[in-house]
Amino acid sequence: MSAGGGEVILRTENLGKRFGGFTALKGVSAEFRAGALTAIIGPNGAGKSTYFNILSGAFPPSEGRVLFEGRDITGLPQHRFAHMGIAKSFQITNVFPELSALENVRIALQARVSRYDIWRPRARMTGLVEQAGEILATVGLWARRDRAASALAHGEQRALEIGMALAAQPRLLLLDEPTAGMSPEETRAMMELILRLARERTVILVEHKMKLVMGISDRVLVLHHGELLAEGTPDEIRRDETVRRVYLGQREH
Amino acid sequence: MAHATTAEPAAPRAALSGALERHRVLAAAAFLAVFPLVAPFEALAVNILIHGLYALGFNLMFGYLGLLSFGHAALFGGGAYLCGIAIVHFGAPWWVAIPAGIAGAVAIAAIVGALAVRTRGIYFSMVTLALAQCFYYIFYQASDWTGGENGLRGVDLKAIALGPATLDFLDPRTRYYVVAAFVVLALWLLSRILASPFGAVIEAVRENEARARACGYDVTRTRLLAFVLSGAFCGLAGALNALHLSIVPIESMAIETSGLAVMMCLLGGMGTFFGPFVGAAVFLLLESIVSVWTVHWQLVVGAVFVLCVLFFPRGIWGSILHWAAGGGR
Ligand SMILES: Nc1ncnc2c1ncn2[C@@H]1O[C@H](COP(=O)(O)OP(=O)(O)O)[C@@H](O)[C@H]1O
Ligand SMILES: [Mg+2]
Repeated sequence: MSAGGGEVILRTENLGKRFGGFTALKGVSAEFRAGALTAIIGPNGAGKSTYFNILSGAFPPSEGRVLFEGRDITGLPQHRFAHMGIAKSFQITNVFPELSALENVRIALQARVSRYDIWRPRARMTGLVEQAGEILATVGLWARRDRAASALAHGEQRALEIGMALAAQPRLLLLDEPTAGMSPEETRAMMELILRLARERTVILVEHKMKLVMGISDRVLVLHHGELLAEGTPDEIRRDETVRRVYLGQREH
Repeated sequence: MAHATTAEPAAPRAALSGALERHRVLAAAAFLAVFPLVAPFEALAVNILIHGLYALGFNLMFGYLGLLSFGHAALFGGGAYLCGIAIVHFGAPWWVAIPAGIAGAVAIAAIVGALAVRTRGIYFSMVTLALAQCFYYIFYQASDWTGGENGLRGVDLKAIALGPATLDFLDPRTRYYVVAAFVVLALWLLSRILASPFGAVIEAVRENEARARACGYDVTRTRLLAFVLSGAFCGLAGALNALHLSIVPIESMAIETSGLAVMMCLLGGMGTFFGPFVGAAVFLLLESIVSVWTVHWQLVVGAVFVLCVLFFPRGIWGSILHWAAGGGR
């Protein structure tokens, strides 16, 4: 666990999102510090993914602002987020299914160096393949590098997604329920991986299983009905009466 | 493509298809060089090459990027008209007229693309179709330049001056080799594009648009660039067709011409390198054979097309590749 006392890397101001008449997110103001691992928790439907998607640029908020390293990035197109150093993994596994694990990471790496070059043979860009191999080793998939992504086990696909996010060399890594649908062993391995990654960069982790994140997070944000219910260290959150009430009767995993 | 995983390959078959894959441009050049010596049907072969080239350009959007355009006639026809106009109205030599055709098609592709690439699925098809109809109308109306419904006549190219040598474009065999040379050049360029970083981006966007975007790729710009490249190939095909026919019929721009690319591409195998040429060959061969004994040849060709789509959804060349890689049918 890192100290989490760095500068503010990401800030949201009065963030809100409406889908038609339905308010999925309302007035969320929060700060995320560089180097910290912050968990966003809350029951299903609390608005975690909505918040996450705004932070990662999937869609703009209905109101409020997002500031990354002091810059207003509200409403920028999604692909610009990766250029700026924000990478994400999706809640629902999202890879290039017919490409090999290695090519999945290689193409993610390529986005940083070449996006419109129609001339240079990419067979000569061997550095990317080497880097992709290193990233695959980091996320524990080196042995599976030639497998089509669709042929990987669920847990491996999730790890591959994180590998692809790492390829962007992000200063801010956003993970939406990275352990969703995983077996207990896969979950343990994923949590170890996340801890390891969090040592070198800022991580924001969305999770609805409270127990899972309490041991590893520096800070915890609790969302409920689209609003920020509580914020603090894991200990503070554990002792918080309102949070307890929200999670009371919730099945814990 | 590059790292795609297939079933366990059957060794000899796979070795052969692997070698063909690596040297595909060379193999195509060798095949086209000896073809007229084996089968002296130059006129038909030229027609196949031109339409194969057109379907190749279309395939870049359809097969490789995954967007079904119903407006490629505007690119083929645009290339034909611009090349024809350069010759008929400006007396331009071939080395100006052909690039003019390509440039015209690229310009049309940029316009159609800029408006269409933000949409996807059926909307993309409809927007491209509608815009192609607009261009059809513009070229139809501008009859002072285009000859209107009579087509643009007098696109005559008798000889091609190449330094000290002069090639007789009226000689069927020479004409065949001139067209074949352009086709090999186009194959080489396409091969290069597919093997470039951009080639990988095209594949990624087709596979998973949202993920490509999250990786940092601008999906809209990627599609626009691919559409413009597609336009360059189709424009070259159109220009060659104008020179081959000595006329640009207004049908070059009509919706049937857009449909032709779809048919040939599906018949041969979308997203395969040689599929468009195989599709063009089968289609035009069928047409020329069946139309000899019945005027209802379109019925027969249509039936073959439907059967092919039903039983060989990978297309003819696609099925051969799949079989060679060790898969079933
Ligand atoms: N695209 C959408 N359109 C309409 N409603 C949505 C959309 N996305 C999410 N919602 C609604 O917003 C609420 C919050 O959803 P979400 O952010 O996915 O919650 P969580 O990730 O915390 O489970 C839910 O009630 C959900 O039904
Ligand atoms: Mg969610």
